[in-house]
Amino acid sequence: MTRRAIFDNKLLPYVLVAPQLAITLVFFFWPAGQAIYQSLFRQDPFGLRTEFVWFENFAHVLGDPAYRGAVGITVLFSGAVIGVALLTGLLLAVTADQQIRGAGVYTTLLMWPYAVAPAVAAALWLFIFHPAIGIVGRVLVRMGLHWDFSLNGVHAVILIIIAAAWKQVSYNFIFFLAGLQSIPKSVLEAASVDGAGGRHRFWKIVFPLLSPTTFFLLLVNVIYAFFDTFGVIHALTRGGPGKATETLIYKVYVDGVVNLDLGGSSAQSVILLLVVVTLTAIQFRYVERRVHY
Amino acid sequence: MGALRRTHWLAHLVLIAGVATFVFPVYMAIIGSTHDLGTIARGELSLRPGPHAIENYTRAWESGQGERVRGTPVRRMMTNSLIMALTIATGKIAISILSAFAVAFFAFPLRMFFFWMIFVTLMLPVEVRIIPTYKVVSDLGMINTVPGLTIPLIASATATLIFRQFFLTVPDEMVDAAKIDGAGPMRFFWSILMPLSSTTIAALFVILFIYGWNQYLWPLLITTRSELNTVVIGITKMIGTSDAQTDWQLIMATAVMAMLPPVAVMILMQRWFVKGLTETEK
Amino acid sequence: MNTKVLTAAAAILVIAAVFTPGQGAGQVPAASLMAQAPGQRVTIEFWHGLGQPGGGILEGFAADFNNAQSQYRVNASYKGSYPETMVAAIAAFRAGNAPHIVQMFEVGTATMMAAKGAIKPVHELMKEAGVPFDASIYLPAIRSYYSTADGKLISMPFNSSTTVMFWNKDAFRRAGLNPDQPPKTWNELRAAAQRIRAANAAPCGFTYAWPTWTQLENFSAIHDVPLATKTNGFEGFDTELTINSPLHVRHVQFMMDMLKEGSFKYGGRDAAGDALFPSGECAIIHGSSGLRGRIVREARFGWGTAFLPYYEDVKGAPKNSIIGGASFWVMTSPRRTKEEYRAVAEFFKFLGRPEVAAKWHIETGFLPITFPAIQQVQSMGYYEQNPGTDIPYKQLTRTLPSKNSKGLRLGNMPEIRVVVYEEWEKAFQGQQTAKQAMDAAVQRGNEILRRFQRTAVTQ
Repeated sequence: MTRRAIFDNKLLPYVLVAPQLAITLVFFFWPAGQAIYQSLFRQDPFGLRTEFVWFENFAHVLGDPAYRGAVGITVLFSGAVIGVALLTGLLLAVTADQQIRGAGVYTTLLMWPYAVAPAVAAALWLFIFHPAIGIVGRVLVRMGLHWDFSLNGVHAVILIIIAAAWKQVSYNFIFFLAGLQSIPKSVLEAASVDGAGGRHRFWKIVFPLLSPTTFFLLLVNVIYAFFDTFGVIHALTRGGPGKATETLIYKVYVDGVVNLDLGGSSAQSVILLLVVVTLTAIQFRYVERRVHY
Repeated sequence: MGALRRTHWLAHLVLIAGVATFVFPVYMAIIGSTHDLGTIARGELSLRPGPHAIENYTRAWESGQGERVRGTPVRRMMTNSLIMALTIATGKIAISILSAFAVAFFAFPLRMFFFWMIFVTLMLPVEVRIIPTYKVVSDLGMINTVPGLTIPLIASATATLIFRQFFLTVPDEMVDAAKIDGAGPMRFFWSILMPLSSTTIAALFVILFIYGWNQYLWPLLITTRSELNTVVIGITKMIGTSDAQTDWQLIMATAVMAMLPPVAVMILMQRWFVKGLTETEK
Repeated sequence: MNTKVLTAAAAILVIAAVFTPGQGAGQVPAASLMAQAPGQRVTIEFWHGLGQPGGGILEGFAADFNNAQSQYRVNASYKGSYPETMVAAIAAFRAGNAPHIVQMFEVGTATMMAAKGAIKPVHELMKEAGVPFDASIYLPAIRSYYSTADGKLISMPFNSSTTVMFWNKDAFRRAGLNPDQPPKTWNELRAAAQRIRAANAAPCGFTYAWPTWTQLENFSAIHDVPLATKTNGFEGFDTELTINSPLHVRHVQFMMDMLKEGSFKYGGRDAAGDALFPSGECAIIHGSSGLRGRIVREARFGWGTAFLPYYEDVKGAPKNSIIGGASFWVMTSPRRTKEEYRAVAEFFKFLGRPEVAAKWHIETGFLPITFPAIQQVQSMGYYEQNPGTDIPYKQLTRTLPSKNSKGLRLGNMPEIRVVVYEEWEKAFQGQQTAKQAMDAAVQRGNEILRRFQRTAVTQ
């Protein structure tokens, strides 16, 4: 995707990109390369004994039924989180953008969840949904639902979807709102003068103008669902009960940090990296075409 | 005008429902910070605030000087968090806006390659590469330093991505007009592009500030002096491990205090949102 | 809004923040901490994973040590949970600047021990530093856990706990049970839990925290049955799990039966079950001795502490329980000096003092780890004034450790624990039988042990 109107300087762009590139090379590519390289070895955590094993780690990972199970859960979980977070964020942003009284207050309140530290947020959700001491949890139990996410896999998945989507709704809300508020009023006024009704106006005019933001948020939400939800799962269910909430990224963390299987964990990260790169490339290729710049 | 009033009512309903659902956990944190530990642990927490607010907040604020608890004073931790958050947010915005400008407004060989290089950083989370990253930082002598805390986190792809998105929407006419006026790219950048990007910068500042504020794993690894602890580390330290007791009410109080600066930032940024809106009317 | 001014300000702020020395830390890389100027204190880095209040008290001890002499200085820092502290130590070691002392939880013992080049065994340290050290003052069950098969201490014990049973006296009374008589055997426990549920004296009869620690590891020790071959792994990394023995399967079936009849409630993994007792929800709990502090603060009912129950038809039961908690490991580094090792040795000697161990025990609820400490606490009348606080150490010293109750030395034990959690959770949900669960656990667990063996040095 390139603009038509650009500048001609030859050297300047390199200068502008240089700082970010330098930091990325030193603090990302160099360590990431080492981490990926680790996937070809079997070694003890301290690195005292290493054994080059070619792609044995990968074979072991892909052949593991637990890994395949994790793939299924990840797809379900990510789909739900992305869907819920994007739609809710959009709905709230559109509603808050209207000229109603107290829009500012609503906006501030809806942005708050993003400010809560992840560890604390997870603790809060535990508080609210715990079957014994949680304010909602107790209600659910009393309703006869046998609500118990430490033993019921379905309940556990529902809980982590809610907790993960919750944080992301705030994020989406902020950017959707910023996007909506940068649409010139003149465009909207012109549309209503033309007699376009509310819903029509939204889908035919506002939404396309919002599409750069939507595209960006889709990318970010995918990455969030695949990678950043680790914290939520860790604090709430630790991948249990059984392996009901063990997503791919959680498995990477557990195998790397708790089980200290650095080779296997790196192999899983490489696979995950490739999956998400592919997903993202697909988005850039096919979805960006429909983005209206 | 009847239709308008109906929509207003519906809008309020949606927003109130949204606020209720999404702010509920935050509300519970505030409630939790006003009760004593027993009430919380016994599951008797209600929806109404309790009487222990002052006691809890003073204890949390002074937790550094408590006789049994040798933490770092919340004051100190907040300052550390503030420095980290501000540095990361401004640093990220600064380098990202330049990179995005280059990628969007110039055509040069390796353009998309550089963009992808920057973008792919999002897909290998820090937890996975933490050991080699630590080694790099240690080799550069940056342990226990502010640069060590912040620079590795500054190479953000999110900011670059969103700036790129936004820059691609800038009308060609503006660029042409600038060229005709004889303005060079940097002049265009300062006088036209930056003001146009104000809502985006404001939104990003909020997000990145909070990202920097809530950093846990990296500062934990990089610092060995408790004076450098951030507020989030302090909170997690309080949540404790297996054999420890958890002072939930103090944790909530600290968490609420920890939320205030990001929220203040948000409220400030909101005004910029609005200002940005009026400016783009030009 | 003048964006030019704003951007300039932001740029200045960034530059200033990035290139100014941090508050109070200076630009001192960890490496230079090793090189000491003459006349300055020898400083050592000590990383721990204890949150509050334990972490604070521990750091207080470090401060006391620093104040008590002028040659050495201990810099204690909290590095997150135990797994996070472990990763930090590994990262630092690989970067060439490992801390001098790192605290590691008991189930990481095998991993630390296998890292032969990275750690310095305590007995070696004390001998080389010329610091007199008597390992026999430590309680046998604690000492054995952290020693080699032939009794040489490798890591320094510090915070050890063991598992005990707490029961709700008021609930017992309401159910028509004798409130001062806790169940001694499993059958008695089940009967009590059933009575409590039948009389609805509490919403739940029995639960436990740390499922694998209380119901598998300690269970095996108390009943004098092995958890794994080769003395539970002490004698070699080619050990194999034996947790699908008839007794183990019987116990899992017992738990499943209790769950089905409603007298037992699964509290979740790790410490999740803790919440269920102080709130009054469950009338009987098996948990860490450290839970006591929380119960004291939160419970609004009469309660007592007791030994864990056992199956009375098992020969040899009950034996001593085993420990949980953590110990201190000494790490090597290419730049370590003899002076620094001496500092570590002196710090360890300081921590082994009866006053220190006694204070730690009283203030945190962890065990008193040395006999002199116990004597001191006894002479203070503490145990009379606080009934039940002596139950943990009494259960730990009930008998001398046998082959099966010395502790365990299994590689990747955290991972094995998770495997057991998963298999039990499936069984509890009715997805498999007790035998299937334990067979699966053995099979998966052995895979993990073989993987560990492959990367470890064989003894």
